[in-house]
Amino acid sequence: MTAVQNPPTEEALVSTTLESPTEAPVAAGATPAPLVRRRRGKKLTGYLLPVAVFAALIGVWYAITYLILDPGRRFLMPAPHTLITEALLDPVITDKVWPALGRSIVVTFTGLAIAIVIGMLWAIAMSQSKAVEASLYPYAVALQCIPILALVPLIGFWFDFGFTSRVIVCVMIALFPIVSNTLFGIQSVDRGHHELFTLHKAGRITRLVKLQLPAAMPAIFAGFRISAGLSVVGAIVGDLFFKQGEPGLGILLSNFSSRLQGAPLFFTIVVTAALGFAVFFLFGWLAKLAVGSWYDQSRDAS
Amino acid sequence: MSAPAPTAPPAATGTTVLDFTDVARQFPDGTVALEGVDLTIQRGEFVTVVGPSGCGKSTLLRIASGLDAASAGTARIDAKRIGYVFQDATLLPWRSVKKNVELLAELHGMSKTATNQAALDAIELVGLRGHEKKLPRALSGGMKMRASLARSLTLDPDLFLFDEPFGALDEITRERLNDELLRLFVTKGFGALFITHSVSEAVYMSTRVLVMSGRPGHIVDSFEVPFGPDRTPELRFTPEFAKLAGEVSHALREGHS
Ligand SMILES: Nc1ncnc2c1ncn2[C@@H]1O[C@H](COP(=O)(O)OP(=O)(O)OP(=O)(O)O)[C@@H](O)[C@H]1O
Ligand SMILES: [Mg+2]
Repeated sequence: MTAVQNPPTEEALVSTTLESPTEAPVAAGATPAPLVRRRRGKKLTGYLLPVAVFAALIGVWYAITYLILDPGRRFLMPAPHTLITEALLDPVITDKVWPALGRSIVVTFTGLAIAIVIGMLWAIAMSQSKAVEASLYPYAVALQCIPILALVPLIGFWFDFGFTSRVIVCVMIALFPIVSNTLFGIQSVDRGHHELFTLHKAGRITRLVKLQLPAAMPAIFAGFRISAGLSVVGAIVGDLFFKQGEPGLGILLSNFSSRLQGAPLFFTIVVTAALGFAVFFLFGWLAKLAVGSWYDQSRDAS
Repeated sequence: MSAPAPTAPPAATGTTVLDFTDVARQFPDGTVALEGVDLTIQRGEFVTVVGPSGCGKSTLLRIASGLDAASAGTARIDAKRIGYVFQDATLLPWRSVKKNVELLAELHGMSKTATNQAALDAIELVGLRGHEKKLPRALSGGMKMRASLARSLTLDPDLFLFDEPFGALDEITRERLNDELLRLFVTKGFGALFITHSVSEAVYMSTRVLVMSGRPGHIVDSFEVPFGPDRTPELRFTPEFAKLAGEVSHALREGHS
C-alpha cells in the first residue's frame, strides 16, 4: 500500500482504513476506493465462473429432460427440482434413504478403520526387513491386481451376506493405498536423518517411532484419503451385490432403479456422491491438522 | 549473543579422544578413499582438515564417528560422547527448535528434566532464545545450523566432528558462527575435527591445520597455529594470519597438482 504522506488528519485516517490511495483523501461517507471496487470485482468473477458452469450443467440437464426425452421416458433423467420435490421432501423416500446412508457410513468407517490398522501394520512389518518385504509385498500387489469384484461372490459364500461381508469387501478395496503409501513414506526417510539416529545408537522401535512414522505421516495421510474414497465404493459395491440384510445405499440404488423410480434414484446417487466427497474432505482436513504445520501439501499433486 | 567468558581451564584438557594409526579405507567397489592416515586429537585441540573435493575428508570423519569402519589400520575413539554436525542441519521438520535440540538427549536416555535443562542451556549458548517454538522451516540457514549445533551440545561431547557445517552460509553469517563456535570450544574444551574448504576459516578456528590430498586420501602437510584462544575477527587482517593462510593455500595447491 502507499505510504501515508499527509499528516495523519482524520481524513487521511479514514482513507487509509478504507485502503484507498492516500493521494486523494476523501471525505468520510463518500464512495472512495476504485481499489475496493476492483477487489470486489475480482471476487465476483472468482465465484461467477463456477456458478455459471454449474448453472449451465443444470440447464443441460433440464434440456435433456424436457427437450430430448418423451414425457413417458422422463423417469430416465428426472428434472433436477424433482429430486427435491419427489425425494427429499417425500418421507416415504427419505425414511429409506437416511437409515441406508447411516448403515453405509458405518460400513465405510468400520472397513476403513480395519484397513488402516492392517495396512499400517503390514507396511511397518515390511519396512523392518527386506526378507519380510520380499515375502509380503507380492500379496499387496495381488490385492491391487485381482479385481476384488471377482471375489465378492466368494466372500458372500464364506461369510454370509451381512455386515461382515460388506466390511470385508471394504477392507480389501481400501487396503492397498494404505500399505503402499505407508511403506513408501517409511522408505523415503532422509538418509542424513537415518545416520543421525545410527550415530546415536537408536534402536529399531525408537527409530520407527521418532523418525520413520513421523516422516511418513504426509504419505500415510495421502493414502488414508484415497482409501477413504475407496471404502465408500466398497460399502456400496458390497451392498449392491449382497442385496440381503439391512439395506444400505447400494441396495436402495438397485431397488429404485429396478422400480424405475427416477427421482429417488438420482437423489440417492447424489447422497452417495456427497458421502464420497465428505470422507475425502474429512481426511484432507485431518491431514492438514496432523502435518499441515510442517509439511507443504501443495507439493503433492493429489 | 554473549557466551560466558572462559573461566577455569576446561577439565581434562590433554586427554586423547581420537587416535588413528595408519588408517585406510577401501570401498567394496575398489575405490581407496584413505590410506596411511595417522592422526591424534586431544581434548582442547581444534584440528581442521582442508583438501580438494573428493579427497576423502568425509570418509575420515565418518570413521572418526563410528558410522564407517577403517578397512586397515587402527582407529581408536576414546570419546564417551561424540557430537557430529553434518553439512545439512538435518533437523526433523516436524519438531520445533526445542524438540529438535532435545532429540539426542532423548536418544541417549537422559531423564526428562535433564533433557529439558540441557536443551535450554544449549539454546541459550547458540543464541536461539526466543525461537524455541519455531519449526525448522521458519528458520534461516544460519539459525538452522545453530539449532543443529545446539542439538549436539546437549550431549556435552568430548569429541566434536564438523563436516563443512557452514559451507552453505553467506560469509557474514559464517564468520559470526565461527566466533561463536570458537567461544564454545574455549569454554567447553572438547576435541574438534573440523572439515572446511575455506583456508581462512581453517586458520582462524584451529590449533592445527591438516592439508589432505586425494587418490588415495592422505595427509600431506600439518601446520600448528600459533594464535592463542582469545581470537577476534581482526586477527584475519594481521600479517601473521595472512602468512600462515598463504602457506596452507600453497600446500593445498602443491598437494593438488
Ligand atoms: N560408499 C562409497 N562407495 C564407494 N566410493 C565412495 C563411497 N563414499 C565415498 N566414496 C568415494 O571416496 C572418495 C572420497 O569421498 P569423500 O566423500 O570422503 O570425499 P570428500 O573429501 O568429503 O569430498 P567433498 O569435499 O566433495 O565432500 C570419493 O572419490 C568418493 O567417490
Ligand atoms: Mg565431504
